[in-house]
Amino acid sequence: MVNPRLMVWLKGLAAAAVLTVALGGTPSFAQTGEEAVHASDSVEQEAGVHDEKGLPQLNTKTFASQIFWLAVTFGTLYVLVAKVGLPRVGAVLEAREAKISGDLDKATALKAETDAIVAAYEKAVAEARASAHKLLNETATAADAAAAQRTADVVAGLVAKQKEAEARIEGQKQTALANVRTVAAEAAGAAVAKLAGVTPDQAGVDGAVDAALKERA
Amino acid sequence: MATDPLHQFRIEQIVPLHLAGHDVSFTNSSFYMVVAAVLITGLLVAGTASRALVPGRLQSVAELLYEFVSGMVRDNAGAEARPYFPLVFAIFAFVLFGNMIGMVPGTFTFTSHIVVTFTLAALVFVFVTLVALIRHGFHFFSFFFPSGAPIALAPILIPIEVISYLMRPVSLSIRLFANMMAGHTMLKVFAGFTITMIGALGAVGWLAGAVPVAINVALIGFEIMVAFLQAYVFTILTCLYIRDAIELH
Repeated sequence: MVNPRLMVWLKGLAAAAVLTVALGGTPSFAQTGEEAVHASDSVEQEAGVHDEKGLPQLNTKTFASQIFWLAVTFGTLYVLVAKVGLPRVGAVLEAREAKISGDLDKATALKAETDAIVAAYEKAVAEARASAHKLLNETATAADAAAAQRTADVVAGLVAKQKEAEARIEGQKQTALANVRTVAAEAAGAAVAKLAGVTPDQAGVDGAVDAALKERA
Repeated sequence: MATDPLHQFRIEQIVPLHLAGHDVSFTNSSFYMVVAAVLITGLLVAGTASRALVPGRLQSVAELLYEFVSGMVRDNAGAEARPYFPLVFAIFAFVLFGNMIGMVPGTFTFTSHIVVTFTLAALVFVFVTLVALIRHGFHFFSFFFPSGAPIALAPILIPIEVISYLMRPVSLSIRLFANMMAGHTMLKVFAGFTITMIGALGAVGWLAGAVPVAINVALIGFEIMVAFLQAYVFTILTCLYIRDAIELH
């Protein structure tokens, strides 16, 4: 905004102006006020206090008052600041510090607690899962065994029934075959008797039928 | 009187007072010293009235000021300088408020008087020297002869070191007083240009007179910065002197 180097020059100018005034010169811009200044000067002189010309800073008559009041105000300020003001601010800052660190500690403790709870929960879940797996396996094994047993039983029953049926078929086959031979022998005997008019003996017929059956078989 | 740039530095009596033959009248300077002390104490006390965990505006300012000076003491004077923190704080606050009050038009800047700044600087000087003497006893005087320098240089080095040590309060006080005085004078000089132009040129003067006013607007911002900066410089040098007193180089 304002160039610092420019400021240095401006301050130099101002200092020159101050010096001019201090050394008794009256720059044009100060002239209008001169009479008023003198007027107030004379009033002050009447009061017997400040009859300064030039720099007010160099008027030694005001030094005692300035030093005195500086000592009074700065001394009082120091005591008030050291005994009242700063301890109060310090206490507020410390209380905040303590509160923040306390809260942080509490948060850390709560986090540890939460972590423990989470760990316990995860352990419980893992255990439950493991026992469920075990139970599942056992049940599956048992079910498999039962199924196998029942299959075996059914198969065995079926085999027995099959054998029994086969045996019955075989028996009926033999019976049927025996019946066929008898019927064939009777038929052959009857046929011979009709054709030849001779009643063949039973043994001859049976032998011929057996021979014929053997040929066919 | 309005256009005399030095009129603003005049000490005006408010309540005449004499003590043991000395004129210690209560003046405009004294008045603004009291104002500064009251404002500083008021800020610290009122700012901490609620002792809020989350600070309000005033409390923030009080805490900011506290921590700013506290940090300055810690960083520049060292941890051992903690007992002197209240003094450094009082100096910074008093000078800062003195400078800032002076930025309000119509007020008096008590830091623009060499006797005030010199008394403050002398207080710092005496205090720092006492601290050094109490902490180090006669060893303090080794401060004036840098260790490791050839002994043949002592006749040159010791006077230089002693003079530079004695010049501390002078440079400390003149820096503050001159900055405040020059800045305020400059503002008044530029303002005086405007008054003169209007008086001399009439309608044209009103136009031309706006230029110094514009310059003054910029200058006031700059002067506020200077007001803070000079309080800061005064305090930081105090801190460095305290560090010297504690550590003796």
